[in-house]
Amino acid sequence: MNTNTRVLTGNEACAEGAMAAGMRFYAGYPITPSSEIAEVLSGLLPKAGGVFIQMEDEISSMAAIIGASLTGTKSMTATSGPGFSLMQENIGYAVMAEVPCVIVDVMRGGPSTGLPTNSSQGDIMQAAWGTHGDHPIIALAPSSVREAFDQTIEAFNLSERYRTPVILLMDEIIAHLNEKVRMPAPDDYAVINRVKPNGPGEDYLPYAFTDTDVPPMADFGSGYRFHVTGLTHDPTGFPSTSHDNVQALYERFDRKINGRRDEIVSAEYFYMQDAEVVVIAYGSVARSVRHVVKTGRVQGKKIGMLRLKSIWPFADKLVSDATCNARAVLVPEMNMGQIVRQVRAVVHGVPVFAFNKINGAPITPQDLEKEIGEIYDQL
Amino acid sequence: MINYEQYLRTEKLPLIWCPGCGHGIVMKALLRAVHEAQLDKDKVCMVSGIGCSSRLTGYVDFNTLHTTHGRAIAFATGIKMARPEMHVIVITGDGDASSIGGNHLIHAARRNIDLTVVLFNNQIYGMTGGQVSPTTPYNAYASTAPYGSFENNFDIPQLVEAAGASFVARGTAYHAMPLTNYIVKAIDRKGFSLVEALSPCPTTFGRRNKQGDGVKMLQRQKDHTISQRKAESMPDSELNDKIITGIFVDIQKPECREEYQKLIDHKKGKGA
Ligand SMILES: Cc1ncc(C[n+]2csc(CCOP(=O)(O)OP(=O)(O)O)c2C)c(N)n1
Ligand code: SF4
Repeated sequence: MNTNTRVLTGNEACAEGAMAAGMRFYAGYPITPSSEIAEVLSGLLPKAGGVFIQMEDEISSMAAIIGASLTGTKSMTATSGPGFSLMQENIGYAVMAEVPCVIVDVMRGGPSTGLPTNSSQGDIMQAAWGTHGDHPIIALAPSSVREAFDQTIEAFNLSERYRTPVILLMDEIIAHLNEKVRMPAPDDYAVINRVKPNGPGEDYLPYAFTDTDVPPMADFGSGYRFHVTGLTHDPTGFPSTSHDNVQALYERFDRKINGRRDEIVSAEYFYMQDAEVVVIAYGSVARSVRHVVKTGRVQGKKIGMLRLKSIWPFADKLVSDATCNARAVLVPEMNMGQIVRQVRAVVHGVPVFAFNKINGAPITPQDLEKEIGEIYDQL
Repeated sequence: MINYEQYLRTEKLPLIWCPGCGHGIVMKALLRAVHEAQLDKDKVCMVSGIGCSSRLTGYVDFNTLHTTHGRAIAFATGIKMARPEMHVIVITGDGDASSIGGNHLIHAARRNIDLTVVLFNNQIYGMTGGQVSPTTPYNAYASTAPYGSFENNFDIPQLVEAAGASFVARGTAYHAMPLTNYIVKAIDRKGFSLVEALSPCPTTFGRRNKQGDGVKMLQRQKDHTISQRKAESMPDSELNDKIITGIFVDIQKPECREEYQKLIDHKKGKGA
């Protein structure tokens, strides 16, 4: 196996992962703590025959990656909270027009300019509901530098498979963490490309209803001339406000992602077999949880962690199954409680505690030990 | 003679545009220009924003993209950068391009990226019912300027010229043949090209400003415009109420995607 070991940050690993996934168009606007992704890609892309462009803002960055993706070029942008807010209208466009692309949001504290150099997990809900309308979304959250690489590839694979924008929610701690990473060889990961039509142009329906609910996607310029709009449309792609067409379109969007949760959702089980206190965590917080689970086990405490690797669609069934035999559930987050609401919606008969720290500092093992100690006192 | 039908999605007709709207005339000028420039339909991508004029992309048989309000140029930039062999033509309104999309307009001109922008200027927000636009003349009425506009307006050709465009022209729906000619030249010019097409909106501008129906508004275009060539020899006093038409910029300078290609050619194969 051709492995090499490197010391990288999460941002650098994300850039490398994007190249490995076949990304060949990047448009972005600088913002801490995501800028290194753009910096690395401005160097790597031209060497691979790809294109890097620094746009005038995040609105145009999001627009440009959609335009590029329509030509068949895997595209991505990266930003942080304020820029993510500016991208929302066009993220909705990508959902509606079913244009695959990847948006990396390196989360910092907000609202507004907030905490540019400190970490946060405050954009969980923005990822799902930041744009208007009601639509499913896919979002992933890495907990290590290696996973930033792997999940960037996965984000592209999911976006190509489901013809949808995919959001990588990385927190600042992972983005700026330096870690030794064993880089996988190209044979060790799969790269998925969108399904293209092969029939005659006249018969092509860019928004057809198919068995997979994902219509084949032609490249602009490849001889299939079709229309793309952000308006509700029928299978031909042209605007339609017919109630039947509109309802069917939204239901297909829902089916293609929410209906395939099992294929999209992923999580790690850590000492979960007999856990009586289950800690549900994601992103950098899971690293402190891992430490606390290990030390707790040494002390004879039955603690386990369910680490969410995917955030949206939410792991409803997985969370309720994994916690049904627990005595308590703890959800520590670097926000005022966003995922805990999702957990509470699917966990019944087991108390769910939240631990929220939103001051920019990491959630430490000490924080968690204290919190878990208090939970044990109450049980 | 050009057969317009070969470029139209005739099954999508009739158009949504009002009787007397200038947008249809400008669309024909555009199709004539595409025909004259002998562009391959599969290699043409037309990108529009939101507004009456931006609905054009639904009617023409190319690769067409109807985007978000003001962002057509930004989507088009992604297409051109990713696929430089495409002829990327942007269809936009005055509000779309110069208000919400003003930032993208000046930056695309600065980059001198090879796009052809056809800007339908009806001096008003047509689709939303006649609100004031950055090109509404001082003192003209709009649904949000019931006492007349108190703001100064943009001169779009001057704006994009200052921002760095390679080709800039202004024509009118009345002067449909010269307009075609400007668009042909704009397509041919490598770099950022913009053709402003003055297009009467009798429904929301003409009515409020007592300019009559579409025909009267076209007549007004004839009376109130003057070609740049003629204007050069006229005193400023006579030009006061005139709008100048013609080609204002036609120059050659480094184009954004070509410059990037040089970088790719230089770096490619040198390893990551
Ligand atoms: C973000 C956003 N803001 C506002 C609108 C509403 N809107 C639709 S069309 C339009 C104005 C279009 O005017 P113009 O670009 O001049 O084109 P015209 O309709 O006159 O051809 C506005 C404000 C929108 N669709 N999106
Ligand atoms: S509102 Fe004005 S610009 Fe819009 S279609 Fe009617 S006449 Fe044309």
